[in-house]
Amino acid sequence: MIPLSWYLFFSAALFSIGLFGALSRRNAVAILLGIELMLNSVNVNLVAFWRYGDISMMAGQVFAIIVFAVAAAEVSVGLALVISVYRRRNTVIADELDMLKW
Amino acid sequence: MNPEQIIFLVVAGATLVSGLMVVTTRNLVHAALWLVATLFGVAVVYAILNAGFIAVVQIVIYVGAIAILFIFAVMLTRKDMRDTGPQLNKGWWTGALIAVLAFGGLVTLFQSWAGISKTAAAIPSDFDAVGLLGSQLTSPDAFVLPFEVASVLLLAAMVGAVYVAFTRK
Repeated sequence: MIPLSWYLFFSAALFSIGLFGALSRRNAVAILLGIELMLNSVNVNLVAFWRYGDISMMAGQVFAIIVFAVAAAEVSVGLALVISVYRRRNTVIADELDMLKW
Repeated sequence: MNPEQIIFLVVAGATLVSGLMVVTTRNLVHAALWLVATLFGVAVVYAILNAGFIAVVQIVIYVGAIAILFIFAVMLTRKDMRDTGPQLNKGWWTGALIAVLAFGGLVTLFQSWAGISKTAAAIPSDFDAVGLLGSQLTSPDAFVLPFEVASVLLLAAMVGAVYVAFTRK
């Protein structure tokens, strides 16, 4: 039987990889890829806590499904913004998108 | 070490390696394909956790929709995705430091928690996880309100995405 800690360490490692990607990549699409990795690692935690707790309480799985819906909404709006910015500014490099900076 | 643990270690290792490739590879189409591999690995982890429905939803929504959306976005903004030039920004080592610190903090937090080495109880043979999940998602006593809020959120996101990416003639 796999102890709970293995899942927690796995998801912590995946979260840190996604955090590095979201903080360090220059391309806006690659930043969104890092955020997807972070959301996935959170979902692994939620499902693991469902399995290792009382399995007749489905709150962990329900929360994972809500996270799926939020991730789908986030990525569709995020990529629409990236495409819109690319049309107007002809760049998707996050450092160059400084219109709000005076 | 029993077969289940070996399967978990192999899958987790492959998933973490593909996750590292997602954040480090230069070519963004390759990064999106590595993301597909990572998502498949996470789906296998859900299957090991006896959450079959979540595993299938992971394949359908993430691999089928979100990863394909990423590949389309990469292709639509391809001109600026030359593989020359740095793919990481100037402060990338700060990001790496924060990620390592977050991992170290989480690990120390886990080790100070008593429930960390808990093992899972066996699932009774007549336990219907998918049926229970469906009835709880639509039951007014349980999770019907978050379920409806999620559907309204998806509708708003769809309208917003169409509006933002719309080309005015």
